[in-house]
Amino acid sequence: MESDVLVVDDSAAIRKILQRVLRQTGMAIRTIHEAGDGQEALEVLKAHKVNLVLTDINMPKMDGLQLLGAMKSANDWRAIPVVMITTEGGEMKVGEAVKLGANGYVRKPFTADQIKEKLVGILEPAIPL
Amino acid sequence: MNLQDFISKSIAEASAQVFSTMLGVELGESEISIENGMPDGNHGIMSFIGLAGSCAGQTGSWAGTGCLTCSPELACRICSLMLMTETAAVNEDVLDAVAELTNMIVGSVKTELEQQLGPLGLSIPTVVFGRNFHTRSAGHAEWIVVKFRVDNEPLVVRMFLAPSEKVHVAPHVAPQACTINL
Repeated sequence: MESDVLVVDDSAAIRKILQRVLRQTGMAIRTIHEAGDGQEALEVLKAHKVNLVLTDINMPKMDGLQLLGAMKSANDWRAIPVVMITTEGGEMKVGEAVKLGANGYVRKPFTADQIKEKLVGILEPAIPL
Repeated sequence: MNLQDFISKSIAEASAQVFSTMLGVELGESEISIENGMPDGNHGIMSFIGLAGSCAGQTGSWAGTGCLTCSPELACRICSLMLMTETAAVNEDVLDAVAELTNMIVGSVKTELEQQLGPLGLSIPTVVFGRNFHTRSAGHAEWIVVKFRVDNEPLVVRMFLAPSEKVHVAPHVAPQACTINL
């Protein structure tokens, strides 16, 4: 079964890098959707059935923690795994993300292997590799 | 180690890690100095990120800016390596790649600083590209400047961070009744 992934980052460069990394993981991915902030991400979630979200934290309009909060409080989106990929490495932000229900946390700068390792651990039951 | 030494060491380490991890480029020796204000007549690309924080009862409030400067040629090279595409001229991808690189470097320094100063916040990056432009920051800040050379082109990371008097909390005043004459 192929799955849809949503990549949320205000940097187009990071979205492109994550697209490439995701394609290299060997996961059965049908579509990789993109959003530049949390608000755009919610629109994508309303329009498509997404199986995984990778999101930055610091973004304009709606940040990654607000997006995570909105997803985990909505019945339709609560079960979707969310991985934070961000420069924010402070204990407070990590703790806040964990408290809100983040399934994983990867600090920028990252390697393709770090992303793959994190996703395999989180998604094995959800997305066929 | 004083704060300036701590920041310069953090900048050098964070820059090396970001370039190595994201671009596969090993940065050589860095040259560290302290400069008053920003240089005049800049050319090329400058990417700025603000950082600020308030940790009442511990270290007070702090505010500052991180800045990365490079030539258009180096910016195109950074973009090509980051996105694995050939980039010959400065375009949105190039500006975005430089902004993200700045975000990662300043973000890493911020995480190190938070261990000393308490929580700090980062702004969204702003990138400027042009010739002979001037920049000014409020106050007369001393900038910590860390210079590298990449492919024979200069790469400069600057940062200033200072206690922020403006952000300090005003003394608490009990609410008072106010008379309005209608």
